[in-house]
Amino acid sequence: MIRVVLPAHLRTLARVDGEAKLHVEGQATQRSVLDALEASYPMLRGTIRDQVTHQRRAFVRFFACEQDLSHEPPDAPLPDAVATGAEPLLVVGAMAGGG
Amino acid sequence: MSRVRVLVGTRKGAFVLTSDATRERWDIGGPHFGGWEIYHLKGSPADPNRLYASQSSGWFGQLIQRSNDGGKTWEAVGNKFVYDGVPGTHLWYDGTSRPWEFARVWHLEPSLTDPDMVYAGVQDAALFRSMDGGQTWQELPGLRRHDSAPSWQPGAGGMCLHTILVDPSHPGRIFIAISAAGVFRTDDAGKTWRPINRGLRSEQIPDPTAEVGHCVHRIAMHPSRPRVLFMQKHWDVMRSDDAGESWQEISGNLPTDFGFPIDVHAHEPETIYVVPIKSDSEHFLPDGRLRVYRSRTGGHEWEALTRGLPQRDCYVNVLRDAMAVDSLDPCGVYFGTTGGQVYASADAGDSWAPIVRDLPSVVSVEVQTLS
Repeated sequence: MIRVVLPAHLRTLARVDGEAKLHVEGQATQRSVLDALEASYPMLRGTIRDQVTHQRRAFVRFFACEQDLSHEPPDAPLPDAVATGAEPLLVVGAMAGGG
Repeated sequence: MSRVRVLVGTRKGAFVLTSDATRERWDIGGPHFGGWEIYHLKGSPADPNRLYASQSSGWFGQLIQRSNDGGKTWEAVGNKFVYDGVPGTHLWYDGTSRPWEFARVWHLEPSLTDPDMVYAGVQDAALFRSMDGGQTWQELPGLRRHDSAPSWQPGAGGMCLHTILVDPSHPGRIFIAISAAGVFRTDDAGKTWRPINRGLRSEQIPDPTAEVGHCVHRIAMHPSRPRVLFMQKHWDVMRSDDAGESWQEISGNLPTDFGFPIDVHAHEPETIYVVPIKSDSEHFLPDGRLRVYRSRTGGHEWEALTRGLPQRDCYVNVLRDAMAVDSLDPCGVYFGTTGGQVYASADAGDSWAPIVRDLPSVVSVEVQTLS
């Protein structure tokens, strides 16, 4: 079970209380986790990554285990602690993105 | 008894204001989508409980929300806006060519007859349409493929398609306006388009009378006379009596003819409203006075409407989509300011009162008259 912590706006949009808990087939990567997240919560499509290119939106960041994974390749394995559910993957609205 | 529902989009959420036909006491609903920019929300003329809202943020991009109960509850629908084919390029501020890139939906225009059909005007400028209540969106690419499109340039707010007027009496005819390209018209439901800017004069472009390149801020029509169009341009208030084939200036005695919104009285097709703004470099009211100007003669002769509006130390702006009218008698007129006030007049503009004073900066105001 993969745990994903969404920012407040996206929790409201997806009507999620607390963490989103996802079953991910195969290796846990940014891509496979986001695929599973968007399959469970279709209203999140386009809010974290572009719907066509799958590029991360500029003001969204991915953190886990006190590391910034935002610039990791989308198919790179996530840390074991995320893959096992010991630690959540944090989807964060960057401080630069407000207004 | 009739009721009025005012739909307000702000920089930080949407609000739904309701009143009976006296328009004296208002219930304030919201914020909906708190913290998100709501560029526009509008109801279907065919089903007033069907509303569409454009929701966006710098973090999370564009969403479209739909309500089937007049704004009490909402559901996110489709937000995939993909240009048809290879997007091509337009001019950027520095004169270089830049590929079309979707940024946001500025304006949603529901069909006059089908609640599931709605148009979206977007930045970078293009027209999209949904036939399934907003679940999926298809571009009407003929506009963006017009021969002039590679020369279009953004205005200060981005290259946005901000106005969509569907002609109620001429099937297939739609008028749109783009900052800063101008007005375009289709007579075949969006397959082909042509610019209709003859008579516009813009000193801010190299050829002031060019076919395209004009920063049109807003156009309006009265549904009983769809060949008559009124325009607030960057500078100049204009009218056309021939469906946009030619335009004449009607600024007359306005204190300044720069501004954003323009609208038409619901029952008097020659009565129009504007809010003059000091200049394109200041974007606030002249003399610190909030004055709506009304012409009962289709332009040229204007009167200041001030009763109930602040007449000192007021330096707000009123944006292009932030004025609307109801269809009660007397006609109600509404507008919102960048200072967060929404003002209403229940007597066609003779007197005004704030419905609410302290919302986030208002981007859009639409009105539904409910029976």
